Amino acid sequence: MRSEHERGLTKSIDWKIIVPFFLLVFFGWLNIYATVHGAEPDSIFDPAFRSGKQLIWIFCSLGLGAMVILLVSPKIWEVIATPSYLLVLFLLFLVIFVGRDIKGSNSWFSLGPISFQPAEISKITTALMLATLMSRQNFRIDRMRDLGIVGAVLLLPMLAILCEHETGSMLVYVGYLFTLYREGLSGWWIFALGSAILLFILVLTTPVYVPLALLFAGILTCFLVARRNWARSIRQKVALRRGLLALAAIGTAYIFSVGFVFNNILQEHQQKRIEVLLGLTEDPSGVGYNVNQSMIAIGSGGLLGKGYLGGTQTTYGFVPEQSTDFIFCTVGEEWGFLGCLAVIALYAFLIYRIVVDADDCREAFTRIYGYGVASCLFMHLFINVGMTVGLMPVIGIPLPLFSYGGSSLLTFTLMISIFLALYRQEKKYF
Amino acid sequence: MELDRKNKLLIGLGVAVLLLLGKIFYIQVIDRSYKENALNNSMVYDDIFPPRGLILDRNGKVLVNNQVCYDILVTPRELAPFDTLTLCDLLGITPEYVKEKTDYYRRYRTRIGYQTVTFLKQVSTETYSRFSEQAYRFPGFSGKERTIRSYPINAGGNLLGYISEADPVFLNTHKDYKPGDLVGKTGIEAAMESELKGKKGYHIFLRNSRNQIKATYNNGESDVSAEPGTDMVTTIDADLQQYGQYLMSGKLGSIVAIEPGTGEILAMVSSPGIDVSDLADIGKNYNKISRDRNKPMFNRTVQASYPPGSVFKLVNGLIGLQEGTLTPDRRYPCNNGFVYTSGGKKLGCHSHRSPLNLEEAVMMSCNGYFCYVFREILSNPAFKSREEAFDAWRDYVTSFGFGGSLGSDFPFELGGNIPTSNYYNRIYGKNGWRFQTIISLSIGQGEIGVTPLQIANLSATVANRGHYFIPHIIKDTDGFEIDLKFKEPKYTKVDSVQFEKVIGGMWRAVNSGPGSGGTASVAAVPGLDICGKTGTAQNPHGADHSVFICFAPRENPKIAVAVYVENAGFGATWACPIASLILEKYLTGSVREERKWLEERVVNKRFI
Repeated sequence: MRSEHERGLTKSIDWKIIVPFFLLVFFGWLNIYATVHGAEPDSIFDPAFRSGKQLIWIFCSLGLGAMVILLVSPKIWEVIATPSYLLVLFLLFLVIFVGRDIKGSNSWFSLGPISFQPAEISKITTALMLATLMSRQNFRIDRMRDLGIVGAVLLLPMLAILCEHETGSMLVYVGYLFTLYREGLSGWWIFALGSAILLFILVLTTPVYVPLALLFAGILTCFLVARRNWARSIRQKVALRRGLLALAAIGTAYIFSVGFVFNNILQEHQQKRIEVLLGLTEDPSGVGYNVNQSMIAIGSGGLLGKGYLGGTQTTYGFVPEQSTDFIFCTVGEEWGFLGCLAVIALYAFLIYRIVVDADDCREAFTRIYGYGVASCLFMHLFINVGMTVGLMPVIGIPLPLFSYGGSSLLTFTLMISIFLALYRQEKKYF
Repeated sequence: MELDRKNKLLIGLGVAVLLLLGKIFYIQVIDRSYKENALNNSMVYDDIFPPRGLILDRNGKVLVNNQVCYDILVTPRELAPFDTLTLCDLLGITPEYVKEKTDYYRRYRTRIGYQTVTFLKQVSTETYSRFSEQAYRFPGFSGKERTIRSYPINAGGNLLGYISEADPVFLNTHKDYKPGDLVGKTGIEAAMESELKGKKGYHIFLRNSRNQIKATYNNGESDVSAEPGTDMVTTIDADLQQYGQYLMSGKLGSIVAIEPGTGEILAMVSSPGIDVSDLADIGKNYNKISRDRNKPMFNRTVQASYPPGSVFKLVNGLIGLQEGTLTPDRRYPCNNGFVYTSGGKKLGCHSHRSPLNLEEAVMMSCNGYFCYVFREILSNPAFKSREEAFDAWRDYVTSFGFGGSLGSDFPFELGGNIPTSNYYNRIYGKNGWRFQTIISLSIGQGEIGVTPLQIANLSATVANRGHYFIPHIIKDTDGFEIDLKFKEPKYTKVDSVQFEKVIGGMWRAVNSGPGSGGTASVAAVPGLDICGKTGTAQNPHGADHSVFICFAPRENPKIAVAVYVENAGFGATWACPIASLILEKYLTGSVREERKWLEERVVNKRFI
């Protein structure tokens, strides 16, 4: 039933999102074939190999995406946001106890031949939940109660995922801070998070007086700047002094607790990954092996790469997990810097389009959800590519749309197509 | 553009993307090390070993050849259970050996990983072909062809030298060698290593992360083929070398024969030597050889330092003539020796007629005569002091090639010792020594040490009437030009006219016939015109060393020889017949019937 105000599919859908989406999926599929062609499959379609299997997943995902955009009413997402969030949260905690142990993480449900990871779908339900909560008329992010609820919505799945030993997936949720920031969360939170990460690195790499000195220099600067520009009344001055003293106390306590957290809360392999990243230990055959081989593969690609299927490092299995988490190595080795540039540009454009579209939306729900999708994609991109080039510690998360794996591809397709459906709603009527 | 939160976030996105791209650009375009690492990762350089150059004698006979053998390799990761006894039977090894090896592989399995290691070295072609028929029963085992040295002619292990795997010390200083490469360790193999070794080539393969070969790199177009080593023609006469070893059997000592006109070493025997049958697999025999109390590893020809004994009288005589302190006709008395202290202390001599002139003194090897000669040299009024006169004497001596290594192309050549005036000053104090103190030098005893090579060179120098060419072992051929220094004559400080008198004495020592007082009559071979000088080097450790130098013919000499036989007594007894047999063999090609008894006597005499 099409009203006369409605615009058609071709006009209401954002092709600037669809096109990079298709390009990335297709390019990913080519590169998955490059990682397995050394074992001489019949062709890129050979279903016994990952490239053939991925093709099946691609068709499934496209079917799912088309269904979401064309058949499902976009209104349903807001309706099911809360129950689906709660259901997935329940599954997240349940899987800790009944999950199948795969590579040290028990985050998988195993139902016969189908394995299912609630942490993947939880990214969508969390984004939907945030959108529902924050689009309410009376929601004010600077109100303590509302901020607390939003915090709980974010931290509960993170806690569950941490217990599943899926630290990588947990870090993705930190990205939702960007969404909150767009919705009015004080920039200080992001600044505080950044400072905390900086201090964490400094504590591990330098003598303890360096982070302490930095902390107090920062606080002193705040004090001087604020006293001149902001704190006029005596009350404000007292508040300022108390606030900064509390900050100094918290900061000092934080600095001295980093060592404890690092040694006692992080798992041993995580400690090692961080140490290797920070250059504190050299371990080219152990924990450092992955990153070392990955950087060798990418670095050896040069400006123009070795040509499709011409990579030696990726073809001959020097890079681990090369069709999943380290798929970017194949791009780097065979397509060179220009290939990397193209792939990253596609992602950047995709994220940019989602942000721009989301920001245009009149529906707060669509806007917030769109920012959530963009944040999630960004975190995956930055962590995954950063890991392969040694900017980030080894965190096992896939490159969205690109890496081999049905679960990840289906999730991201669903995520993006929900946004397209919601956005189409806007275009159709406004 | 308004700096709202959307744009701030987009700027953040841009910064993050630039950060990623910057790092990628750095490792892909700026830092080259990743490319090298990638090549190291995936490319396997499979060395192609060039055949090592052959070693030939001066007449083209092959002294050192190459022979194919096989190493049995094993990749422990690919081993399957196998029949140990059959393997032992095929390869001729014991089950204990197999157990020891497999235990080792198990213990170090993480370190070995996917590598292929050597299981058994140097298996003959026959053994290998028997093994390869059955190889399908032993997965994980394989064979690799390699060449080892073979020795068609027994020309002596010390001369030829051996090759063995480069050791860590060598590898540290020679970066172009890799562990497992064979390198010449001694003798000609070491001297000519850079020519003999050739140039290694390689195949490049691509491997996977489990070290399995997957493909050739660049379709083999980047492969480099091996360049075989250069064949080396030596100056050695194989027949003469073998004959020398035959004569020296059972004796300690050395023979060096030089062609005076060129300085080419014709034969170089150090006895007892390393048998060539032990050379090919030196690793296995090394302990046996190095523990031998007669020290076959020790190359006496260039490393042993002995007092020269009476042969040194030639040098003193020549110096006297050149300095004018001696004239050929000067006669000195000798009554069983030379009394040099007021207490009647005497440097003894054998009985002979007296007085003698220079020629006769050389012929009869009179000790007393040369004490006078040396005394006159040291008290030469041309010099201000005895010390100065001594140093002048030393300059003469070193101009004969003594007192330092000759600089031959043979490795590890040592130089012996000629004392300096400072040396005596240190021991006796300045002006604390006189002619009487160092009287032993008159007759080549005392603090003098020379190598057999230097003594042979003395013989060649006298034969050339005053000059020599640095003795060398590699022949100048069209294929290989030797260092120019071997082609330039080195002149002694004694004029060539002075030599004739001394040579006359040497000729008479040999050719005057028995009963004439000549010390080397046994060396006489009619028609060969041999000139010689005997020596008996006193040895503080035991019986005297028997020394003899000679050359022939007198005019245009073709060969000069020095023979040392350790602990064998008078020079005339053993060294002299050996040297003369060498001369005869070289100049006439065989030993004449009348002298067979001498050859037999020499060969049958055993000192060890």
